[in-house]
Formats: sequence, C-alpha cells, structure tokens
Amino acid sequence: MSTAARTWRRPSAWPRPWLGPVAWLALAAFLAWNVVSLEVNPERVARGLSRIGTVAARAFPPDFSRSGLLLAGIVESLEMATLSTLFGVLLGIPVAVLAARNVVPGAVYAGGRGVITLGRTFHELIVAILFVKAVGFGPLAGVLTLTINSVGFFGKLLAEQIETIDHGQIEAVRATGAGRGAVLLYAVLPQVLPRIIGLTIYQWDIHLRQSTIIGIVGAGGIGATLYNAFSRYDYDFVLAILLVIVAIVLVGEAVSALARHWVQ
Amino acid sequence: MPTIWRRHTPLQRAGRLGAQLALAALTAWMLARLGIRWDYVADAPSQVGDLVGRMLPPEWSFAGALVGPTLQTINIATVGTALAVALSLPVAFLAALNTTFNRATYAAARVVMVVSRSVDTLIWALIFIIVVGPGSLAGVLAVAVRSIGFVSKLLAEGIEEIDRGQVEAVVATGADRWRVLAYAIVPQVRPVFAGVCVYRWDINIRESTVLGLVGAGGIGFALNEAILGLEWSRVGLILTVILVIVVVSEVGSALARKRLT
Amino acid sequence: MLVVTDLAKTYPTGDRALRGVSLTVEGHEAVFIIGSSGAGKSTLLRCLNRLIEPDRGSVRLDGEEITALAGRALRQARRLMAMIFQEFNLVERLTAMENVLSGRLGYVSLWQAWRRRFPPADVEAAYRTLARVGLDGFENKRADALSGGQRQRVGIARALVQRPRILLVDEPTSSLDPRTSEAVMRLIVDLAAEDAIPALINIHDVPLARLFARRVVGMRAGEIVYDGAAAGLTAAVLEQVYGAAPATPAEPGP
Repeated sequence: MSTAARTWRRPSAWPRPWLGPVAWLALAAFLAWNVVSLEVNPERVARGLSRIGTVAARAFPPDFSRSGLLLAGIVESLEMATLSTLFGVLLGIPVAVLAARNVVPGAVYAGGRGVITLGRTFHELIVAILFVKAVGFGPLAGVLTLTINSVGFFGKLLAEQIETIDHGQIEAVRATGAGRGAVLLYAVLPQVLPRIIGLTIYQWDIHLRQSTIIGIVGAGGIGATLYNAFSRYDYDFVLAILLVIVAIVLVGEAVSALARHWVQ
Repeated sequence: MPTIWRRHTPLQRAGRLGAQLALAALTAWMLARLGIRWDYVADAPSQVGDLVGRMLPPEWSFAGALVGPTLQTINIATVGTALAVALSLPVAFLAALNTTFNRATYAAARVVMVVSRSVDTLIWALIFIIVVGPGSLAGVLAVAVRSIGFVSKLLAEGIEEIDRGQVEAVVATGADRWRVLAYAIVPQVRPVFAGVCVYRWDINIRESTVLGLVGAGGIGFALNEAILGLEWSRVGLILTVILVIVVVSEVGSALARKRLT
Repeated sequence: MLVVTDLAKTYPTGDRALRGVSLTVEGHEAVFIIGSSGAGKSTLLRCLNRLIEPDRGSVRLDGEEITALAGRALRQARRLMAMIFQEFNLVERLTAMENVLSGRLGYVSLWQAWRRRFPPADVEAAYRTLARVGLDGFENKRADALSGGQRQRVGIARALVQRPRILLVDEPTSSLDPRTSEAVMRLIVDLAAEDAIPALINIHDVPLARLFARRVVGMRAGEIVYDGAAAGLTAAVLEQVYGAAPATPAEPGP
C-alpha cells in the first residue's frame, strides 16, 4: 500500500507559482502608498463623523417651498438630457461607423477613434466650462457639452458593436457589387439596430445624471440651483433637490427598462 | 404588370412619418423652450476654435508643479475604488435574489444601490465637504460612495446569472450557505467581479480629475485656478496631462480586463 | 435502508408531479426508475434530499425521518445522500480535485473550504476515488476542460467521497453518447456494489436499464405503475409505463 497520505494544493493561476503572492503583495503595497499619500487626518474624520448629526438635523425636513425654482431646473435638465441624446446619437452613428475597423480603412479608423477619444476623455464638467466660455451661460453650453460627450461614449460602444458583427453579411452584400453606402445600409446597420436602441436608452439615462451637475459651472439645468443651495447652507433645500433627482433618475431607469423590454 | 415591393405598408409608413414628425416637433419645442440663441450656436465653432488657439502651445514649464496633483488624482481614484469594492461585496450579495436573506435585506441593498447611483460623484463630493471639510478625503469618500452602486449592480447581475445547477450540486452535499458561497458562487463570479472593479477604477480616474473644481482634491483645483486666472496655455497643459492620465489608465485597464476574463 | 411513503408534490403551476409514491430500498440494491419525461422521476429524487420540498409523505433513511429535519440536521442528513446529476453540475471553473473534495464540504470548516485545505484523509480518499473512476492524473484539470464522460466520472467520484448511505442518481447518462453512457452506467453500478451502497437510478433509456438492472420501478404521471424484476418488463408493462411501446432498437450488428 502507499506510504504517507498525499497532499494537494490548488494549482496557481499564474505562469510562475511565486507570481501569485508577489502580485498580491504589490497590490497591497500600492494601496498602502495611496492611502498614506493622501494624508488623511483621523482627527478630521472623527470631527466630521460627529458633525453628521447636526448636518442631518439641518437637512430634515426637506424644503419643497421653492418648488417653482426646483421644477424649472429639473425640467431644464430633462430637456437638456433628451436633446443631447438625440443629437449625440445622430452624430454618434456616423462617427461610430468611421471608427469601426472592419468597415473603414486604417487612416479613417484612426481619425474616427481620435474624435471618440476627444469626446470622452474629458469629464463633462471640463467640457462644460470650455463651452460656457465659448458660448456663454445657459443650456446651450450644456447641450453642446453633453452632445460631444455622447458622440464619444455612444460612438465608442457602437463602434465596438459594429466590429463584432457577422462579416459574412458584409461580404454577401459587397459581392453583389453594392457601393459603400449600400453595404452600410443593408449589411451593417440592420445588425446593430437593436443595440443602437438599447444604447440610446442607456445614454439618455447617463445624460440625465450628467445634466444635474453641469449647471454648477453655468451650463444649465438644476446644477446651479443645487450649488447655490449648498453654498448658502440651505441643506433642507439641498435635500429636497436631491430627493427629486433620485426620483427622476429612478423614473428614468424604469422608463428605459420598459422601453428596452418593448423593443425586444 | 410589374409589382412594387415596399418594406412597410402604407399604414406603417404613415405611422413612421407621424412618429418622425412628432419627434421633430418635440425637438423644436424643446429647443425653443431652452431659449437657444441661434446666433450663438452659429458662433460656437469659431469661439471654441479661438479658445483652443489660446490653449496652445501648452505651458510646458508648469508641468513640474502638476506632479503632485496628478498623483493625488490617481490616489483618490484608487483608494476610492478600493473602498467601494470592499463595501460593494455585501451589498451585491444582498441585492441578488439567489443569495439574499429575505425581502428586507434585498430591498435595503437595492435602495443603497439606487441612491448611490443616482447622485453624481460631484454632488457626493459637495455633501462630504460639508461633513469632513474640503480636501482629498471628501473626494475619496465621494468616489467610494458613488462607485458602490455601480460595482454592486453589475456584481449582483453577475451573481444572479450564475449556473444554478452548480450551486444545487454543492447544496446536495450538505454544505451550508457560506460554504456554498465559497465553493460554488465565488468561483463563478470571480471574473465578472475583477472586470467590474478595473472598469470602475478607470471611470473613477476620469471622475477624480474634476473633484478639485469643487474643492475635493486632485488636479481639478489647479485647473480651476488656471481658468479663473484666464491662463489659457496653462489650462492647455493641464488638459493635456488629464488626457494622458485618462488614456493611459484606459489602456491599462483594458489590458487588465482582457487578462482577467 | 430507505422507506418512502405516500410522497406527493404539486408544483405552483398546478403540475401534479408526484401523486402518492411509496417505495422501499433495502440492503445495497440498485433500483432503476424508468418512465417518460414528466413522469416525476426527477421530482421524486429531489424530494428525497429535499432539494424540492414534498407536499406530504414520509422519507425515512435508516429510521430517520428526513421530512422533519431543518437547518443543520437537514444538512447533516444530506451528507448521507449523495446525488449524481444529469448535467454533471460540476463547478466549472474549479479543478477536478476541488470538485471531488466538495463532497466533503459538509464535514469541514468554512476556512478549510475557502482555502481548499481539506484533511489529509479526505485528500487521500479523493485521489483514490479519482483513480477508481479512471481519472488518475486528472486532479488538476479544470472541469470545463473535461469531456462529458469525464465530467460525469468526477461527479461520481464526488458522490462516493461523501461515503453516503444511498446514491441518488438522476439520469446520469442522458447527456452522453451511447458508448460513454454504457461505460458510465457500468461504473456507477460496479462502484456502488463495491462500496455496498444502495442506489436509486433514474433512466429513460430502457435497453440500458435492462443491461444493468435487477429491479426496476416504472413511473407514469407521478405514480408507480410497476415495481419488480427487470425480467418482468414485458411489452405490456412498458406500454403501461410509457403509454405506447417504445421502439426497441435492433441488436447492433458487427
């Protein structure tokens, strides 16, 4: 019979067994360095925690008295979100086509991807600041900002989708001698249409949230009202606004879930 | 007699036309309500061009002063994500129908997720500035709280999509819910989880670049100062630095996600 | 010894899957249960270890009333009833060894389970059982890298390391090709006999059942319509079980 009982260890997921613990150690060290570099003051944290009570007391009950202002801001945010989604998608579709490797030649692809990168790299707040400088305060700057942002965001996701479509269908249409435009219309777009609809709804959701903050820098929407309330220590009004924002986003998500369901 | 083929019946065509007209009308109405000055719109490209012109060439000499803020931006994103990841685990398991304890825990987890997701990181930053004062701590907390909703939502979806058969088999051996979790559920959700964490870190890098605009740490503070001071070539440099940070982190995270799944 | 009395289950959809089933399994016999899909075979097995809750009836394993157990006591009882699944149900991302060891989860601490540090005796038993099912050397292969037949062998090994008092086998070969099916079924029957474990085996392939069974139970629409020797499976009996004589394939030629 065999001698000692055999042992077993789970084989390492790494090419070399020692890489596992080393990788974890490196990650831990990286995190530790991050935490230390932030110079978090435990005393401040303690003080802050004790202040939560007073802040919460000032925030309750939420102040809905200035409902006119609140409503106007929310409606503006909604309009901004909707318009930006519309324009962003309309512009985003051609940009996505130009950024899909399997549809356009390399140089055009690089250009398309460049546009997409520019559109999504900068946080919408930064873009909003620049547009406010360029076209003045108000929702115009907001719509321009969010449109650019969605060209980047929507364009990237759609381009990735286009790159995964069935090549056979493209080949078949090309084989009939169809020109580029026809290939697009008949082979590419039908395959990605369901995804376009889903992405549009997703984009609208995102724009809804974004439109609540770009007002902070003057680009329209409820953001300005919110920021003012913060700076005036009107925490009960802040709470009211936040509750409305959460409600709107919730409703928006419910609507988009329904829309997605209805499309399927 | 040649037959004509039409994709849609006349009724459908009427319907589609109606829908398109309605959409156009709605758009026009909204545009009117927003009080958009069309002369401003027409002027926009040249204004933007002018602005970009003033930002170039970037003020390279200022780069040294940006090292600290850049590192701080990365720190905030990383620590915030790590904190969120730790907190998202229990929330996700409670928000998944197949692993939650009861209706109450499920509802509570879902509420946490919704609130976290609906409020933008920047607004969380404003809230935390009230509580812990301005600085990077507020930024970290804002990033963390916002990310919990994102990570736990995707993780909960991953948990709900696991193969129930594998779980059933482990239950049949007499294992309790914790051993079932450790042996049948965690191995299945591990790739999803790793991918989501890296994805959110990448998004948080972008979010962290603007926290300084409201005083919550990071490179946003320098950006705000430069804009207020109308130092456009400095703004150009800062934007370039932000571009590099975001692109590098995105490439890095895409690579990591490919390797993890 | 397993004594099942008047077991019944109606699903919320209204489907009356079991309508009062009674059955006794003694010693270490292998009982084959045949019947068309929807006859209630799967439900019956799952009611025994309460993966599905029966509406009424009694299940006594060696004198212990399974239907009365809850929580910890139920889990301890499940340790004694090992199940083998039609879809294998291995944890795909884990290795064969981990899957086999999962049979011992009811006996180890959470820490041991999480870190996969099982007691040496369990590991040794796992190695030996893998060899018995013909998978010597396969311990580090991931489950999703195995063929169907190999996966089922791992499933058999997992069941055996539980050192169960009864094997509940739910259509173990329905997802396998005919040749592998025969090999796997032979393995189950032989190993169960070697370890003197009684077995309840669901099977819809009648010729395969005939090859191995001594005792056959025939189910139809939630009831047992035949319980006797395999030799007694006449065309009339089969018609009772299946509703119409299933086409028996001609003897395979050379």
